[in-house]
Parts: sequence; C-alpha cells; structure tokens
Amino acid sequence: MEQAATDLTRLAGHELAARIASGDVSSVEATQAHLDRIAAVDGELHAFLHVNDGALEQARAIDERRARGEQLHELAGSPVAIKDVLCTIGMPSTSGSRILEGWVPPYDATVVARLKAAGLVALGKTNMDEFAMGSSTEHSAYGPTRNPWDPERIPGGSGGGSAAAVAAFEAPFAVGSDTGGSIRQPAAVTGTVGVKPTYGGVSRYGAIALASSLDQVGPVTRTVLDSALIHDVIGGHDPHDSTSLDREWPSFTAAAREGAASGSLAGLRVGVVKELDSEGIAPDVQARFQETVQVLTDAGAEVVEVSCPSFEYSVAAYYLILPAEASSNLARFDSVRFGLRVEQQGQTVEDVMAASREAGFGPEVKRRIILGTYALSAGYYDAYYGSAQKVRTLIQRDFDAAFEQVDLLISPAAPTTAFKLGEKINDPLAMYVNDITTIPANLAGIPGMGLPMGLGDDGMPVGLQLLAPMFEDERLYRAGATIEALLAERWGGILTSRAPALRDAASGGSSGTSTNGAAA
Amino acid sequence: MSEITREQVQHLAGLARIALTDDEVTSLTTELSQIVDAIATVREVAGDDVPATSHPVPMANVLRADEAGETLTHAEAFAGAPSHDGERFRVSAILGEEQ
Repeated sequence: MEQAATDLTRLAGHELAARIASGDVSSVEATQAHLDRIAAVDGELHAFLHVNDGALEQARAIDERRARGEQLHELAGSPVAIKDVLCTIGMPSTSGSRILEGWVPPYDATVVARLKAAGLVALGKTNMDEFAMGSSTEHSAYGPTRNPWDPERIPGGSGGGSAAAVAAFEAPFAVGSDTGGSIRQPAAVTGTVGVKPTYGGVSRYGAIALASSLDQVGPVTRTVLDSALIHDVIGGHDPHDSTSLDREWPSFTAAAREGAASGSLAGLRVGVVKELDSEGIAPDVQARFQETVQVLTDAGAEVVEVSCPSFEYSVAAYYLILPAEASSNLARFDSVRFGLRVEQQGQTVEDVMAASREAGFGPEVKRRIILGTYALSAGYYDAYYGSAQKVRTLIQRDFDAAFEQVDLLISPAAPTTAFKLGEKINDPLAMYVNDITTIPANLAGIPGMGLPMGLGDDGMPVGLQLLAPMFEDERLYRAGATIEALLAERWGGILTSRAPALRDAASGGSSGTSTNGAAA
Repeated sequence: MSEITREQVQHLAGLARIALTDDEVTSLTTELSQIVDAIATVREVAGDDVPATSHPVPMANVLRADEAGETLTHAEAFAGAPSHDGERFRVSAILGEEQ
C-alpha cells in the first residue's frame, strides 16, 4: 500500500489524471498519496502554509459522481496546490502576510472556482513572499520554503511554495501568480515548468493584488502538457475582472500534445535576446543555454540574435511601477474590513491604522510601500513614475520589433541557479536585479514560459525562458513541449525525475524519490 | 547620490499610514537612497516624444450590464472584520480630541 501511494505522486499530472479518469485509481487514493507525501516531506520544505482538511471529502465526492456515470472534466479528481495569493472559501488566504493571518475569504478567486468546477481537489495553500514581493520566498511572514533539490537553497519566489510542491512530488499541479517572474523564476530554480499567460488571459478576480497592471495568474507543473491542461481550465474571459480579455483562445492542451509528438522545430524562427545573454548570467547557465540553442538548431529552428536595447532599463522601471501600484493596492489593509487590528484606548482610527500596518507588514513590504509613496509624490511623479511608464512603452516597442523578425524569443529564465537561503536577504538591490530576465514580459504584457534546460555546475536546475507575442500563448506550449521532449530524450526522462531524495519525517529515511527516472 | 533624508522617510511613512520605529526609519533612509539611485536611470532614457504606458492591453469603458449581481451577505462581509456590530464595521474615533 505504501509503495503504491508513492507511485502515484511520481506520475506526471496528465498520467495521474488519465488513471483517475479510467477508474484505475480513485481520486481518494490520488489525494491521499499526495497528503501522505506532504506529511512526509513538508516539515523540511515548508511549501504549504495550510493543508486542506476537506481534501479527502472533496475527492470522495468526485469518485461518487464518477461512479454514478457523470461526465467529468479530464482533470476531475486530480489534486492541485494553490498559491496563498488566491482567495479560497474555507481555507485561510494570507498572501504570506501577518496582516492577513487566519483570514478566510468569503468568496473564491475565479481561478479557484474554475479549478473546483473542473473537479480538481485543492490540497492546500502554498507559501510565498509576503504579497508576492520577493524572489526567494524568504520574505514570507511564516518562514521560507526550501528547494527540494537542496534544502539549503531558495526555491525562487515569490511562488517558491507552488514550485517546490510540484518539484517535491507533493502535488502534480499547482497555480501561481507572476508579477515580475514569480512563476517563471521558481520554475527555473526548481527544474519545473511555469507559465505567465498574456496579461488578461487569466482572471485576476480574487488574486490579492500586488501590482494590477503586471499581475497574472498561471500554471505551475512538472511538464509542459500539465501546464497546458491547467491553463485551459483557468483561462478565458471573466466579467469580474475588467482587464480580462474577451476573446477565444485555442486549446493549449492540443498545442502541447502536437508539439510533443512532432519532435521538430522546422520553420520556427527563434530570437536570442542579446541583452539577456550577457553579463550577469552565470557561466554554467550560459553553457546550458548555448547547448539548448544547439538542440533547437538541430531540430530545425532558425536561431538568430535580436536586440532589445531598452531591456537595460526594465528593472529600474519595474521597481518604480510595482511599488507605486503596490502602495495604492495595499492601502486596503486599513484594519477595518479584514485583517489585523492593533489598537490602544483613546487612539484615532488613523493611529490604529498606522499601528496595525506597522505590526502586520514585514520589512520588504514596508520598503516597497514607502518607495511607491515616494515615486508617486508631488514633485517626483513625472521624473520617476512618469519616466518608468515611458520605458514601458520602449520595452513594448523592442518586443514588437523583435517579433517582426522571429516567432519566439528565448533566454535563460534566471541569471543563476538557486542561491543559498540568507545570501541576498539583506541586500534588496541584489535581490531585485535577479529578476532581469523575467521582468520585461510583465512590463509588456506578453506571455512567457519557464522550463528546465539542465543542471548547473552545482547540480542545481537551470531554466530556459520562452517568450511569445501578445495573445500567442499557444506558441509557448507547442514549442515548449517539443523542446521538453527533445531534452527528455537526451536526459532519459524529465529533469525532476533526477531530483535527489528528501528526508522522510515519518520514517527518518529516504522518502521515495530517487536519483533516476526509472525508479518508483 | 540621492537626497533622501530621515524627515522625508518619516513624512512618507505618515502618508502611507505605517508607524515606523526609529530603527526602521534609519535603515529605510539608507536603503531608499540606494534604491532610488539605482532606479534613477529611467530618467535618462525616454524623451518627451515617448508616450507613457499605464496598461499592457489598453481597454476603455469596460462596464457590465446594470443588473443586480452576486453580492455578499452581511454575515459574509463581516466574517473577517476585526470589529463590527452586525450592521456596520466598528472603528475607533475618526477625529482626535484637538480636532
């Protein structure tokens, strides 16, 4: 029984879903296997802030509906992990902040509602940097998440919890949010796959806002096809979000399946962004990137260099626009309608608000709110915020020009492999420049994917980033699935199958992961 | 070097309604100066001829039909409130004594 349970967590999401759909495995068995895995390894990893005690009951309900012969979605009964930025009825939603400790929302985010409607079973809420401000998950008010490949290292951020959960086989599917790379960078450093959809492609309703013109919710999984399956469930127009795009989207699942089967990139024009392949990218990451470019070329892609000169200013523009929007969004934490209140007798509501926000926000959140307040102040607005918005226009123009020459852009998804916990925590600027590769896509609103491209000199995962033009998310899935298949062929399996074993809290020994893909 | 002072940080914290401690004001004064120096490059790059972009996909006048939609019940809306009387959110005095 123990061994069978371990097996289920090792399956790719689509394989597990197919076994549940065929009746070979019940949703209760699949859910229990992942809950067992969480119990065994999450004490060390801390990918989850909350585990859903109603998960088995929901799984049982799906099994009963299937037994009655109901036609269910192909992912019905599969477990999913949800980033704590998303509102969930019945589960606390804190966005990694003390100010929302224990807060249970009265409504579901649209993404959560759609996952539920498709019959997916929520395993729990995953850890994140407070209000998604960070690149390492160390800014979570509830303590950091650790990287399953090496618990001394960060799992990326802000969505380190979701990425670590899928990398450690605690969940086959997860969702995250990406404001400046918070899906793609954790994917890169944990050897997993994550997609930031086109801005407006997935509803932001019920996603606790960081920077509203940049935030986008997307899938976090171990394979490209699994991300496509989740994207098809959560995407599409939502009247609750006024920035949601009202348009027909193709099946990303079909694109991923076709891409994986084709084995060829013939006719695909791929651009290497010169500015993202230079100084600041570690030599081992550069080496894996060059090898990957060769794989693409061998598969028939035409790879050329393109230049996006304004990218140089993207980090600066981002760290003005994001704090400006965040300082406004986080004004809602006023200690009146929800969240922490700290008060003393005789204080005015303004004193109470200031004391509550002092107690409830962590250092990085305060830093960015103060910075955003500065950027929006009279006398500085035009020089800083106004200039940053102009840089945003220049970055969009760079992308437009690049996509006239090529179908897809590629770059390393992160400049280095995962750094050590604590290494950059006291140096905000060092943390900020880490996002150089991912930020331009958010500023322009275009879709991007992070997927594994090998291991660095330290044995830690290295990620590739694919970027497509606005609305062309399908290209990411088609090409991403082909690239994934070509690399898996070279490696003898997807990268996560090579992740080292984790300590098992229950047995004190190794917990079922192994160093080669054939095991379990 | 940028010109951020302690007084400025205290003023900004007041605007942002965060009761920073003295230590926090000290560290934020240093950090904010460094960050503002690093991001000041945005001022060099774009001239007056470049329009500002506030939103990646411009949309205007996104309105829904003027019909009653789903709303929260009183109980749902108050469920997470620090203090309420069942009808209204309860807060401390709005005005101080000197006002």
